[in-house]
Amino acid sequence: MKEELLMADVAFIGLSILTVGSAIFALESREIIYGAIALAISMLGIAGFFILLDSPFVAMFQISVYVGAVAVLVIFIVMLVRTESLFSGDEDNRGRQIAGLIFSLLAMAGIGVLLFSSLFSNAELKPSLENIVNKIGNGMLTYYSPVFILLGLTLAGSIIGALSLARREESDQPRSETSPASPQQEKIYLDKKSEGKGAGISND
Amino acid sequence: MTELINFVSISLILVGIGMYGLIVKRNAIRMIFAIEIIANAANLNLIAFSRYLGDIQGQIFALFAIAIAAAEVAVGLAIIIIAYRLYKNIDVSEYKYLRG
Repeated sequence: MKEELLMADVAFIGLSILTVGSAIFALESREIIYGAIALAISMLGIAGFFILLDSPFVAMFQISVYVGAVAVLVIFIVMLVRTESLFSGDEDNRGRQIAGLIFSLLAMAGIGVLLFSSLFSNAELKPSLENIVNKIGNGMLTYYSPVFILLGLTLAGSIIGALSLARREESDQPRSETSPASPQQEKIYLDKKSEGKGAGISND
Repeated sequence: MTELINFVSISLILVGIGMYGLIVKRNAIRMIFAIEIIANAANLNLIAFSRYLGDIQGQIFALFAIAIAAAEVAVGLAIIIIAYRLYKNIDVSEYKYLRG
């Protein structure tokens, strides 16, 4: 019993170092592609926390959705956009960095003081549940079934929306060629046109 | 060590990191990273409190939240692709026409 407790502690400390460290690295790494990989590792650490909290089904879902789908999608977008040559802003704006650090530390300190002075500071966890997958399936198909259906519709709608957003419209090219309404639209249109003629970027 | 307060503390630290990223970074993809870190912290909180209350509802909510977050990332990255086509840049302070 004692050894088991010790192992859980070691796993918790290791997972927290892995998760927090790779979350910081995801935001601060110089190359954004390494940041995307660090984000995937951080999500894997969160899945490890789920396993420590005896919810293996959610951990499996987290790994397959976040590490499997979202991280790969982000890595593809990073490769498509080629940020290192195209990001013009000053990421190392000193004043904004200090302001962000102070703001997030203040927020963490405030919520932390509230949390450690509340009843949760010495709350004991209940013994783990039995038949988790069974109960989740029952809940999803009985009480939460409207939410389940709406979730499916939302996912389908967002995927169709993302596809139609990212698709290049060939049919509205003549329509916008007639007369741009305002100077701003004309500028966007000119940008689009010059981009279309660029040699390095293929149209579709 | 593996009590409720430890997991909630880790979640709090992750939210702080995410807020720092949202304030400091002006790279659109890095802002999406920060949003993802905050969403993961929220999921960790849901699971920890589900275990603390001995109730399955927190896990069901976490599953729904993960699915919604995946849809949000897909739409957000598509918007980044559109903005990159228009501006040749992913710096959000360059996106001037969104200011209205």
